[in-house]
Amino acid sequence: MEEFIVGFLAATLRIATPLIFGTLGELFCERAGILNLGIEGTMFFGAFVGFAAAAGTGSLLIGLLAAIISGILAGLLMSLLAVILGVNQHVSGLGITLLLTALAMFGFGIIFGHNRVLPSIASFSQIKLLGDIPILGTIFTQYGLTYVAILLIPICAWILYHTNFGLNLRSVGQNPEATDAAGINVYRLRTIALIIGGGLMAMGGAFLSLAQLGSFTFGIINGRGWVCIALIIFANWEPIRVFWGALLFGGVSSLQLRLQTTGIQLPYEAFLALPYIVTIIALSLAGRNASYPAAMLKPYKRE
Amino acid sequence: MFKYKIVRSPAPVWMRTLIPIAAILLSFIISSIFVIIAGANPFAAFYNFLIAPLSSQSSALEVLVKSTPLILTGIAVTFAFTAGYYNIGAEGQLYAGAIAAAWIGINFPQLPSEVIIPLMMVGGFVAGMLWALIPALLKVYLKIDEVVTTLLMNSIIMYFVSYLLNDYWRNPQSGYPQSPDISAAAHFVRLVPKSRLNADFIMAIVVVIIVYFLIRRTPLGLQMRASGANASGARFAGVNVPRTMLTAALVSGGIAGLAGMGEIAGIQFHLIEAISSNFGYTGIIVATLGGLHPLGVAVAALFIGLIGTGSQTVSLALGVPVYLGDIVQSTLLLVTLGMLLLQNYRIERR
Amino acid sequence: MYAIEMIGVNKRFGNVQANKDIHFCLELGEIHALLGENGAGKTTLMRILYGLYRPDAGEILVNGQKTQILSPKDAIQAGIGMVTQHFTLVPTLTVAENVVLGYTHSQIVSQKDIEARVKAASEKFGIHVDPSVMVKYLSVGERQRVEILKALYRNARVLIMDEPTAVLVPQEVNVLFDSLLQLVKSGLSVIFISHKLNEVMAVCNRITVLRDGQVTGIVNKCDTTQKDLAKMMVGRDTAGLARQVGHKTGTPVYEIKDLNAVNKQGLKALKGVSLSVQKGEILGIAGVSGNGQSELTQVLTGLLVPTSGTIELEGKDITHATPNEITKAGVGRTPEDRHEGMIGDLTVAENFALEDLEKYTHNGFLDQKAILKDAELKIKDFQIKASPTDHLRKLSGGNMQKVVMARALSRNPKVMIASQPTRGLDVGATEYIRKKLLEERDRGGAVLLLSEDLDEIMALSDRIAVIYEGCIRGILPASEATTEKLGMLMAGAC
Repeated sequence: MEEFIVGFLAATLRIATPLIFGTLGELFCERAGILNLGIEGTMFFGAFVGFAAAAGTGSLLIGLLAAIISGILAGLLMSLLAVILGVNQHVSGLGITLLLTALAMFGFGIIFGHNRVLPSIASFSQIKLLGDIPILGTIFTQYGLTYVAILLIPICAWILYHTNFGLNLRSVGQNPEATDAAGINVYRLRTIALIIGGGLMAMGGAFLSLAQLGSFTFGIINGRGWVCIALIIFANWEPIRVFWGALLFGGVSSLQLRLQTTGIQLPYEAFLALPYIVTIIALSLAGRNASYPAAMLKPYKRE
Repeated sequence: MFKYKIVRSPAPVWMRTLIPIAAILLSFIISSIFVIIAGANPFAAFYNFLIAPLSSQSSALEVLVKSTPLILTGIAVTFAFTAGYYNIGAEGQLYAGAIAAAWIGINFPQLPSEVIIPLMMVGGFVAGMLWALIPALLKVYLKIDEVVTTLLMNSIIMYFVSYLLNDYWRNPQSGYPQSPDISAAAHFVRLVPKSRLNADFIMAIVVVIIVYFLIRRTPLGLQMRASGANASGARFAGVNVPRTMLTAALVSGGIAGLAGMGEIAGIQFHLIEAISSNFGYTGIIVATLGGLHPLGVAVAALFIGLIGTGSQTVSLALGVPVYLGDIVQSTLLLVTLGMLLLQNYRIERR
Repeated sequence: MYAIEMIGVNKRFGNVQANKDIHFCLELGEIHALLGENGAGKTTLMRILYGLYRPDAGEILVNGQKTQILSPKDAIQAGIGMVTQHFTLVPTLTVAENVVLGYTHSQIVSQKDIEARVKAASEKFGIHVDPSVMVKYLSVGERQRVEILKALYRNARVLIMDEPTAVLVPQEVNVLFDSLLQLVKSGLSVIFISHKLNEVMAVCNRITVLRDGQVTGIVNKCDTTQKDLAKMMVGRDTAGLARQVGHKTGTPVYEIKDLNAVNKQGLKALKGVSLSVQKGEILGIAGVSGNGQSELTQVLTGLLVPTSGTIELEGKDITHATPNEITKAGVGRTPEDRHEGMIGDLTVAENFALEDLEKYTHNGFLDQKAILKDAELKIKDFQIKASPTDHLRKLSGGNMQKVVMARALSRNPKVMIASQPTRGLDVGATEYIRKKLLEERDRGGAVLLLSEDLDEIMALSDRIAVIYEGCIRGILPASEATTEKLGMLMAGAC
């Protein structure tokens, strides 16, 4: 039983990692007033670019860096459409997801298409943060990126509430006219938010290909990006609550994996679908009190 | 340059007709970059995309086949968007319709075509509607963003389909994850022998015409357009906006369900996981390119179907990954989105 | 040397020349009024000064130096601050956060630190607000103080105030004027945009009058009178709207009893409102915006459900009726904001038809011919400069408002709810709309007029009710309603 719980908690942290990256990334975008539906595509593209760069250069760190750069570029594209041109955010975000997904698949076909076997790389290894202590030691045997994700939570909270940038960000998502009148460049601020967001999302994708899987498949993201969109609402746009939300989702997925091994007779797809169902229920309950950034989805134009 | 300035007022007519053409040109120019990366000739690629599919009867008919589900999902999405409801769940609603149609087609082998096909249509429509119900209710009564909920519903039903095909409906003979075949009577009649073009296409055209009249000529249509344009103005004028949106969302789901039914009865004849290759999401591209006008949507669907057919030819002929077609489509969407805004501006002398 | 000098400013929006060859000077240490009606170009000129608009031509000198102002940032740096009618505050941030937004002294922001700074500034300038409160909990007057503090915190030497008293009660107005006079003593120069003659005469030193985008006069207060100013503003001797005495029948046709309602913020907006409107009269409801007129309009037009109370039309209870049912019962409804209440993307004919869909539906389809024909009739009746197939957003404000009125009046309603009917309209359109309301009264209809324009209320109404903080403070016959009495009722005095 003890082993079950320890294994469960360790897996929860691991599964939550890409969700934390993705959701924090989306948090920056939405707090600035932009619903970024390009997240699914950005995570997928980040996973691919990271993998391809790592496979090509033999260096995992270069792969990670390349992934982050790809996320930044994705953020810039969203900025061009939603901020500078003021295009409908729903459709442009989805268009970016479709484009980046197609680009990644295309790129994969070009670079690895001729391989008969699924290519793989030597992935990141896990770091034992607390040595070999029983229980906690096992739980805290995670990939480096997982620790980074956990650290990012308080860092993002600090940025949002204790820096000038965070103040401006919170302001522009609620009232861009006021922010503009205060002399802050709304377009630049939103673009920076999208760049940070894109970079974080791509890191989430790269975690999956460079650490967890050590390879790249077309199903690697599998809708996690959309879950992040839901998680943000569930977390009421607060970084600390993002952590708990990601743990909840990770927990349900992890539970499903553990229960499979115990031989409980339930269709495994039900478990895979469970987190999504839980999210919809959670949304229905949390949705009533959601504090949407008031200016979200409205492009800002000064005469 | 400095003698002119950009002013916000409707663009002149000549500029507006130029925009779609410019968008197409720009998209192809951008896509050429990827063609070149893949080591092929851009002109050869675009010949294969746009001309080659129309050069033979069989592939021209195949274009119509590929366009059919896109016409339906495009119309489904258009219907919802018109009322201001962003139905991103057409993909899932399509699957719901496919499941229902397959179930009917498999379990009633004794019924003749005249009975079972309409039954499958009704079943597909209702199933699509039901799958659209929860996000619609959440939006209308709890104001929860429908984009997120419809996306999640898409994921959920994919798992359900996987379960069905690997367990309950696994084909007993082949062992593959595909359902048993539907009865012969449940097949859509083939329109042209030796091609895949079937009555599904007719159904799609009929739906386009019905939806056109619904939106443009009925009170519901006017109420929908009012709700989508300015919900508070519509409410003031006495329109029951929540109910209108709910209706639009459900009918949209139903039409997407019909798309699924069409694939079952016209193309696949049994349920498989890949019954849709992103038709629901591509429907959004089609709806946007078509300017949310039913007739424009039909034309856009044909165009995207053309590119889709062409992308296989391109792939075979030039050794380029087949996803090039997806790149062209999504680039076209983004470029068109950007250029649609140009309709609101004109250049004037200072 | 002037604090501000604007020379040869021109600005055009589409077909409208909002500013034409304007020359404006602000002396150091003065309160200078920029006077004009709605649409005269005052706000446009000041938005140019503050960097929100770019002029088509002209230049700006600050303290004698030619200065380029391309954005509010430049304006702030040049020492210019602006307080508008639409507060540029972020409701979910605290007062301190709002004041320091864009003007923090470092990248790290600590709540304690900024609250201390803001408190210091608050004391230095004599503007009292609590720095730690979230703005959404502040009253309108308090929010305005935060806006002023914001400008002063940024070392503004010139303060532009755009219609600052539009949202204040008379007592708060006095507090504001006292603050301004204090600040001017310590070296601040103020530009005071207004259309209210009495205020301008009360607090300003010099006055620049604008009309239709041009300067029609620059005078010292002591050299002019309200009548002269009015003439410069309007271009003719304002005799005031000739009021004909209405033919009241004395039979109440529309009765509101003890109405209570809660607004979207969850606050009690209407407290026991009781009114009755008689056939052949215009009952005007006076009050400063924010005291419940919006909510009253929403309840009467069916957009907000009251928590208790009744509304009866000719004895029939329509309290919980939908907008549709209310219209059918014989109430003419107009929205407070025509942009929210009408649909710009639909055509004029479609906007008309929307309230009456059953009439035009045959066999499930809309009778397009009938819709167009009826629209033509209304267009002719109300002299609307548009064709039935024009998209509504193409119409000017005045024509759009005519569409609003036509939609409500063409049904010959038993009672007409006219909410802010001339807000934002030019002189010609305003006169036409007011004429139509008088015609409606003379026809024997009943009109309930809600307007923030006290002059309009006094000119058109047979009886005037005053609403203050959600209660009806008094109902006076027009002959007894003087500005003083109304002002006191509007301020809550008994």
